[in-house]
Amino acid sequence: MPHTLSEAQSKHLLAAYGVPFAPDRLVADPEGAVTAAEALGFPTVVKLCGDRIAHKTERGLVRLGLADAAAVRTAGADLLAAAAAEDGDVSLLVAPMVRGTRELIAGLATDPQFGMTVVLGVGGVLAEAVADVVVRLVPIDRIDATEMMAGLATQRLLGPFRGEPPVDGDAVAEVLLGLSAAAEAEPGIVSADLNPLIVVDGRPVAVDALVEVSGRVALRAPVPG
Amino acid sequence: MTRRDRPAADGFGALFDPRGVIVAGASTHPGKFGFVSLHNLLAAGYEGEVFATNREGSDVLGVRSAPSVADLPAGRADLVFVCTPAAANPDLLRACAAKGVRAAFVTSAGYGEAGAAGRRAEAELVTLADELGLLLAGPNGQGVVSTPSKLCAQIVAPYPPAGRIGVASQSGNLVSSFMNYAVQSGIGISRAVSAGNAAAVGVADYLDWYADDPETAVGLAYVEGVPDGRAFFERVRSVVSRKPLVLVKGGATTGGQRAAASHTGSLATDDAVFDGACRQAGVTRAATVEEAFEAAATFATQPLPAGPRVAVVTTAGGWGVVTADAITRSELELVALPDDLRDAVDTKLPPRWSRANPVDLAGGETRDTIPEVLELIASHPEVDAVIYLGLGIQSNQARLMRDGPFWPDHGLDRIVAYHERQDARFAEAAAEISAATAKPILTATELAVADPANPGPATVRATGRLCYASANRAVTALEHLWRHARFASRRSQDRS
Repeated sequence: MPHTLSEAQSKHLLAAYGVPFAPDRLVADPEGAVTAAEALGFPTVVKLCGDRIAHKTERGLVRLGLADAAAVRTAGADLLAAAAAEDGDVSLLVAPMVRGTRELIAGLATDPQFGMTVVLGVGGVLAEAVADVVVRLVPIDRIDATEMMAGLATQRLLGPFRGEPPVDGDAVAEVLLGLSAAAEAEPGIVSADLNPLIVVDGRPVAVDALVEVSGRVALRAPVPG
Repeated sequence: MTRRDRPAADGFGALFDPRGVIVAGASTHPGKFGFVSLHNLLAAGYEGEVFATNREGSDVLGVRSAPSVADLPAGRADLVFVCTPAAANPDLLRACAAKGVRAAFVTSAGYGEAGAAGRRAEAELVTLADELGLLLAGPNGQGVVSTPSKLCAQIVAPYPPAGRIGVASQSGNLVSSFMNYAVQSGIGISRAVSAGNAAAVGVADYLDWYADDPETAVGLAYVEGVPDGRAFFERVRSVVSRKPLVLVKGGATTGGQRAAASHTGSLATDDAVFDGACRQAGVTRAATVEEAFEAAATFATQPLPAGPRVAVVTTAGGWGVVTADAITRSELELVALPDDLRDAVDTKLPPRWSRANPVDLAGGETRDTIPEVLELIASHPEVDAVIYLGLGIQSNQARLMRDGPFWPDHGLDRIVAYHERQDARFAEAAAEISAATAKPILTATELAVADPANPGPATVRATGRLCYASANRAVTALEHLWRHARFASRRSQDRS
């Protein structure tokens, strides 16, 4: 049966193939979350993490913009209390709050006729309506990755924007190449979503990851329990 | 569908350049496919031997027919064109193979399109053809055209002019459409085939063979569905590494997908995935059938641009303005006129010309201006391609004079002859300068369709090039050439 990996496992797996992520820490309890937040810097995001939790935002399991240790402690306790029995083992994922006006999405998807594909799109709340998505077949090379970004229709969003620098095409290419490498090396991957990739100072930062695996093919990269 | 090996090249040689052809199931009734196919084969001037079979053994169109293939001489025909009912075909193929036939084009219906029994018959036919070493085209296809052999083995019209475009299609009527455009434009066809049910040989197989065919400069394909998308992708990528390939896909929208499902039984394809695969393979994907033909015709007749920088030469302002819009909306670049080029053009024209790109001659041209300005612009190292507008307008006026009540008096005969000579000369100059500079020069005027006999567009056609019916269509075709050149250049730099 296909199943999802936890956010922490998903990031770990994709990072092993070169997908860049913002630093984060997986901790067991609210005090651990405070220690992690102090190390990473405020404001902070705390999320409930577990391999059966696929829709954190919809379930209110993401706490954004926590300004200090007290807020982190409270959020950590609330999230652990919100865990349901069917969520299984859960922990807290602590990350620095990333802010940017532009969002992209990237991922892997299996097409019934063409097999595994790499996807790049314009993200954010209007993503579905805008439907600006480019697709390539795995594996891609650096030229394909560069052409993917050039192939998005909303190029104005990718140039200099509201005082921010243009989106760094090489950095986006690194994300796409990492996804392609992961899919090539790991036949067990069914899909992957980096949503959103927030553009910070022109660079895409993946603040969430969700990998779906077939369960029939063992993963080659080590994934933490 | 099981994955098949690439068919042997030998069978394609027999299909496209047969030494002799057997029409099996020839009919004396001019409404039957067995008559029409024999008629078309003879009418196009096929130079190999033609044989026919029909049950009565009666002559058809002066061809002596035999009751069965067994009665025909051995070793004289490479291709059998099959118009017999499906049930008769296994024995027919065995008999043909025994006579040395190496390829069969099967028009007969009653196969994969006709339910479970038809699918079973189709699978058996494929197995039999493999055992006999026959290349099996079709079944349920409209036929095959190959101008190097003057071969028109098809149940439909037209027979196109000879040229360098190789057509392969999942829909026979789209083959006809492409060939009708060839007739209209004069940009001809090398090979064309309707894949029919593509039981043994698919569109990608034909394209793969075209990629190595010296008679073909560019592939042109229509597809609705690609059951094994990954294999199709690998094949077309290999084709594009050898030759440009223009493709138009039916069923790109949900409405089209429903129509395709009932036409060829094609599964819906996510168009973003298909489009991405095309871009990754370097396939030139056209949005419409006429855009596909015009892109292929441009690949077949113009040099590839080395870069995106386009200069527009026009005899009047408005045409230049709309063309500048079209270029700006495309991935091409309306090049800023370099200073030295502006100064050079300035010596050829009165001061009212535009002094910028588009180069608007503003009616300031004299006898030799257009060839001279075209040459200056096309020769400049910062110009990669030229679009030339305004050809034929003087000949259009000349036609009005010819057809009017004053012809040929009042000096009309002399001025008309001058204008017609000039327009022909300009068209020739565009082709010659393009060849000499190895840069594309595309000539666009609606007179290409409004009055194809106008000496301007007529001479473009005589030079073997396409006269585009509008500037935006020329821009679209040129953009396709540039994308292909860019794709190839990026990949070759990467590998060197």
